[in-house]
Amino acid sequence: MNKLNLRLKKKGTRYGVKVPHSKLTAKNPIEQTPLPEAVIIPLHQNIGAPCEAVVKRGDKVLTGQKIGDSEKYVNAPVHATVSGEITGTTMIVNPPTAQLIEALVITSDGKDEWVELEPPEDPEALSVKEILDRIRAAGMVGLGGAAFPTHVKLSPPKDKKIDTVILNGCECEPYITSDHRVMLEYGEKVLSGLNIIRKVISPENTYIAIEDNKEDAIDHMEKLITDMGLHEEFKIVPLKSKYPMGAEKILTELLLGREVPIGGLPLDVGTVVHNVSTAKAIHDAVVEGRPFVERVVTITGAVKNPKNLLTRFGTPLRHLIDHCGGIDGKADEVILGGPMMGFSQFDLDFPTVKGTNAVLVKKGVPVTEQDCISCGKCIEVCPMRLMPTSLARHAKAGNYEECEKFYLIDCFECGACAYICPANIPIVQYIKVAKKELAKRAVKK
Amino acid sequence: MTQERQFLVSPGPHLWKGLSVSKIMYLVVIALMFPTGAAIYFFGHHALSVIGVSIGAAIATEYVTKKIRGQPFIMDGSAVVTGLLLGLILPPTISLWMVAIGAIFSIAIVKEAFGGLGHNIFNPALGGRAFMSVSFAAEMTTWTPTRFMPVMPDAVTTATPLSESFVWPADKLSLYQAMFMGNTAGSMGETSALLILIGGALLLGLRIINWRIPAIYIGTVALMSLGFGQDPLFHILAGGLMIGAFFMATDYITCPLTNRGKMIFAVGVGALTIIIRQFAGMPEGVCYSILFMNAVTPLIDRFTKIRPYGLVVKKAESVS
Repeated sequence: MNKLNLRLKKKGTRYGVKVPHSKLTAKNPIEQTPLPEAVIIPLHQNIGAPCEAVVKRGDKVLTGQKIGDSEKYVNAPVHATVSGEITGTTMIVNPPTAQLIEALVITSDGKDEWVELEPPEDPEALSVKEILDRIRAAGMVGLGGAAFPTHVKLSPPKDKKIDTVILNGCECEPYITSDHRVMLEYGEKVLSGLNIIRKVISPENTYIAIEDNKEDAIDHMEKLITDMGLHEEFKIVPLKSKYPMGAEKILTELLLGREVPIGGLPLDVGTVVHNVSTAKAIHDAVVEGRPFVERVVTITGAVKNPKNLLTRFGTPLRHLIDHCGGIDGKADEVILGGPMMGFSQFDLDFPTVKGTNAVLVKKGVPVTEQDCISCGKCIEVCPMRLMPTSLARHAKAGNYEECEKFYLIDCFECGACAYICPANIPIVQYIKVAKKELAKRAVKK
Repeated sequence: MTQERQFLVSPGPHLWKGLSVSKIMYLVVIALMFPTGAAIYFFGHHALSVIGVSIGAAIATEYVTKKIRGQPFIMDGSAVVTGLLLGLILPPTISLWMVAIGAIFSIAIVKEAFGGLGHNIFNPALGGRAFMSVSFAAEMTTWTPTRFMPVMPDAVTTATPLSESFVWPADKLSLYQAMFMGNTAGSMGETSALLILIGGALLLGLRIINWRIPAIYIGTVALMSLGFGQDPLFHILAGGLMIGAFFMATDYITCPLTNRGKMIFAVGVGALTIIIRQFAGMPEGVCYSILFMNAVTPLIDRFTKIRPYGLVVKKAESVS
């Protein structure tokens, strides 16, 4: 058995920024969060269409019972994540879009009674269509951040030949360790999920990309692959830790030398990138027939005991933070997600959703914006080779059309520019505003 | 239970490297302490007075102009850098009142009149020096020997290595040595290549300045002087080239944004420096060549946009 054959040479990029890793919970095993008294389940937890409620106030529901669905193809249904009673509806702000969305409140009966699971008799015998149906029925979305419905991502248009699957275990955001722990503790399920992805896509190459600040995960995955005899099919690519290494467009370029066209997706260049936690959840959905009701969320930063918690969707942040011993000291900012791309929340009643991989509590630092001194550091670090300073300048002046000439849509808002900016200009915020304004104008036309 | 408290909601990213504008400015000041030390060592206490007046006038002018413009005055260190740089590129016998006028011009006209830090087209210190050159032509070309040069009887002034009247010593090596260490006539802070290199290396090591500008600037000067049949080493060590290459041409605000732009800029400055030294009616060209390239920087920026990730010429799809 040739180990070198399985683990490829380490790769690095000259773009991006070196951020402090702050992986406080890298060694903390995954724990189950005690069930909250009530969960708040937003009906729109994917990047596609929102769901319609299929239950009404007063209905009794079981854990894993479908409570929201849609006719639309680009959509993933939502399920009850505790057993109990639907006690109301509420409106919450969807952090990435800042839109108000409807949410169902389920008051737990504390029993956690599940719907009857329907695992297939022989998972190996499932057809591609059956696999995709099960993935959709489970409500799977990509867990890397964008929450794109998984069955859609696994159904590339017929004219696109996919020859490469990349399993993304980079987890380049500081603080977050949920993917790391999933690889260490559910490694077999991750690989099983990856095999299901391979069955659907039938690629020629499969790569597993992991940053070198998770050496133990690289070793563990290597051992598992060798034990399972899959060392010919799978290749592990260790990557030099740098933010935002885990962005799928960066990975396709670094691993394969393929640039995703502006406004396109990796499938335009024959590649599909899936997150390790998504692969694990695909295993749960397809092999165990489990609806998608929980994931590992890292609760970290200024809490007494930072933890990796297996958490039901809809669990309020307050419940998670209390379970970790409460907020420590003078911290006054609660962020859904990591420090680079996460969103500040204004209260603790907000629930975790499918796309939530971490809750970070920290001392907030108000932005002290100065004028740009044209140092060009943002240009040096931009992984998309954009000119963030020019984008921010034109957006600030309201010249949104001018922003388009600087390839505004190519920006995926990683925040490397604003991180490095000496003048502390909230560049990403200006870019988001420009994108929003242009989208509004496009609708009007 | 977690007690209620007010939460801060700020735009992402929620991490900042913290290398702020003022930190960068003060690091530049620290790096400039090496040539400043050389200035005081070679030219005595008057150098200290000139630098002190220059910095003081620069800060005071910035304070007043900010008040006039109704903007908050932030002690971000940029006025200190401008004042210090201006002081270092003045002749050793310059009168203090002239220094003050130069510093006032640097800040009030070259910097604040254009919108303040980040909006100026020209390097403020060089702009101030250019203004002083035309206003006080005699004083700005009066050079005195360093404290360690042999004093000629009946002569108070001397020639810089670039002056037409400069008498080349028979021993070239000792000339190089004197120029490298800084024991030659010239502007106070520009003579010691060694100490400028130490300060420059500090900024390069901290990645404050981009290596392309000094390397290509100096490289272009070497090649061009060779092309004109001149001594390249002499041209590199002479005049304000070293301080210009490391501390003036690298000024963020007045040089192009992209690496390609910076390289074009550096080649332009290098070529102009030698052209002025060779053909113009003045011995030194560093100041004007950098100012000229400052002026064309927006043009360079316009033509050196970088190719973004994923830019492909779409076939036939880009209709309408």
